[in-house]
Amino acid sequence: MRGMQRLIGVRRMAYMFLLPNFVFFGLFVFLPIGINVVFSVTGGTALFPSQRPYVGGEQFAYLFDCGSYLDPASCREDHFWRGVANTAKFIVFQVTAMVLFSLVTALILNMKIRGRGFFRAVYFFPVLLSPVVVALIWKWILQRDGLLNAAITTLGGQKILFFVDPGWAMFWAVFVSVWAHMGFYTLILLAGLQAIPADLYEAAEMDATPRWRVLTYITLPLLWPNMIVVIVLALIKGAQTFDEVFVLTGGGPGTATLMIVQYIYETAFSSQVQNFGLAAAASVVLGAVLFVLTLLQFAAARRKEV
Amino acid sequence: MRAVTPVITSFALSLLAAIVFGGPVAAETTTLRMTWYSDGNEGEVMADLLKRFHEQNKEIDIVLDQVPYKAVNETLPVQLASGQGPDMARVVDMGGLSRFALDMRPFLRDPGYWETNFGPFLEWMRPAGDTTAIPGFMTQLTVTGPFVNKTLFEQAGVAMPGEKSSWEDWAKAVKQVADKVQVPFPLGLDRSGHRFYALAVSQGTKVFGANGEPEVVDEGFKRAAQLVYDWHKSGVMSKELWGSVSGTAYRGANDEFKNAQVVMYLSGSWQISQFAKTIGDAFDWVAIPNPCGPGGCSSMPGGAGLIAFKTTQHPKEVARVMEYLASEPVLAEFYSRSLFVPGHLGLAKKGIDYPTASPEAAAALKVFTASAAQISPIAYRIQGYSNSRIILNAVISRLGQAVSGETTLEDAYKRITADVAQQIAERNKK
Repeated sequence: MRGMQRLIGVRRMAYMFLLPNFVFFGLFVFLPIGINVVFSVTGGTALFPSQRPYVGGEQFAYLFDCGSYLDPASCREDHFWRGVANTAKFIVFQVTAMVLFSLVTALILNMKIRGRGFFRAVYFFPVLLSPVVVALIWKWILQRDGLLNAAITTLGGQKILFFVDPGWAMFWAVFVSVWAHMGFYTLILLAGLQAIPADLYEAAEMDATPRWRVLTYITLPLLWPNMIVVIVLALIKGAQTFDEVFVLTGGGPGTATLMIVQYIYETAFSSQVQNFGLAAAASVVLGAVLFVLTLLQFAAARRKEV
Repeated sequence: MRAVTPVITSFALSLLAAIVFGGPVAAETTTLRMTWYSDGNEGEVMADLLKRFHEQNKEIDIVLDQVPYKAVNETLPVQLASGQGPDMARVVDMGGLSRFALDMRPFLRDPGYWETNFGPFLEWMRPAGDTTAIPGFMTQLTVTGPFVNKTLFEQAGVAMPGEKSSWEDWAKAVKQVADKVQVPFPLGLDRSGHRFYALAVSQGTKVFGANGEPEVVDEGFKRAAQLVYDWHKSGVMSKELWGSVSGTAYRGANDEFKNAQVVMYLSGSWQISQFAKTIGDAFDWVAIPNPCGPGGCSSMPGGAGLIAFKTTQHPKEVARVMEYLASEPVLAEFYSRSLFVPGHLGLAKKGIDYPTASPEAAAALKVFTASAAQISPIAYRIQGYSNSRIILNAVISRLGQAVSGETTLEDAYKRITADVAQQIAERNKK
């Protein structure tokens, strides 16, 4: 090692250590991204890029052929736009609920309450479960003859078909997602709360500052960098949502909970003509959105460091 | 000398043992892979048959990869396109995968046997324009048809409509039964394009225009779609099947039927084995001939074929396995033990014994075998069309949206036409 360091110099040595990981990422991340881009500008059903005819921007033009982007029904590929609209709706509700519930939970778990460690573990536990397991558990609870309907009928109510009503289906998609991932965001906020200097609170206490003012003038402003991270991470995760909702509702009823990633999966793999080109084009669009969100996250993280 | 003798003896014995026992080890074993899905017990039967084949042919070993039905539809095509597929697979979309199929004629001892016994079904497996290839055989011929919970009819005191009754008659009767005995699914119809076409053909759809190209939305199609739509509105069909998932997702009602929650369930002959096993004597069930409409009373034919693929490195060995499995005594045993309607013309003519079948299963097999003889040529044509899955998938995807209230039927018709045209164009891009 020392010989090599002498030969190529200390600075270049750093690149030597980076090289194995770079090769790994290149093969399994950047190369597939490149292949995906190639697929997005080619057509047909062949699997090997060399056998696929070049079609230029045809797939993108097909995706974006809309009367109005606000009305999925006016688009040629309406399922794509229904997926976009549903994902946007899901993100709005899910991120809002996620941030609110995580914040409240973190604030409570930061207090000196009895059994604090136990509750912290309880809220974090669902994060350890596989999304498919989470969805199956909730499907079991929510189906026609599931636990929730059993409870409702015991109390004298009528069974509710949660997966047949579009509103309920979206509600439960958001609820299950928040239930499953809230612990992770709570943990980030809890770490932020614990980093706030205790003397600020002591000073506020000495001044007899009301609790809500402590919250709005000390806690929330100092927690803001963590909140930004939570919001951006939840946004990215929301845009990528697939497995939980797919297992829970199958994207239905109709296309009420069809998310953009499910659209890509079905277009590429489960539709009869496995339309890799169109799916790749939709992936490129989704990738661009995620890239912007990731830049936002980096910017937020940099602000936090400052 | 005394010390040397045992050494010489043991050396001689070792040499002898190496010759005697080492000989067969030197013979090379060919390992073939077969991808298989099961609806009932057919996977167990196939495993048993393959074990027996291996005992007689030690040089060929077959690994049976038992996978879910979904994997056969979604993963297998990608595997085959990448050249990494199995040597053989049991598939339903025979037309769609025909471009990967191996023409086994050069390797078969008697191609005439295959032509004679599998002739009409070979057309389903051949690439468009090919009239001679022999890519595989039918592991089963399926016939769509309804299963009826007879006990629920009896409990409700409603008479079952007789033979040749219309779909409307049955819809009225099952709704009456469901209302009286309080079950949630009067009529369960698998969320499947193939099942929808059992209804659509009876309503007179023609599917293809004068030029032979698909013209999916015609008057017969609209009548069938309207029935499905109206049945959902009036509660004859529950939205839980067609309206609870999206896209091309399949949703069956077999679990609900087994739990006595469905009065009439339109599925098909492949369910017999599992119903015989799982329902037992919990209630009485019967299979009935397909109800009728202006286009007749035809069922939809279908089935699963065991297909050999041209990417195999061992076509000769594959053909040997296929010859064994397709031979009359072996296939007769397979159909008999799995309670399948035979997809072998000779055996269909002779008739299959089902000694393990319960009285309900035996009666159902009789009904479906009789239905098979009355299948409309249009139904056969849809089944054999290489792009049929494109049509079937477009239909359920768009009708599902209409049923769930997301679009109108008129919009669904336009979308079905556009989807079919776009996907066929994409498939034809070279």
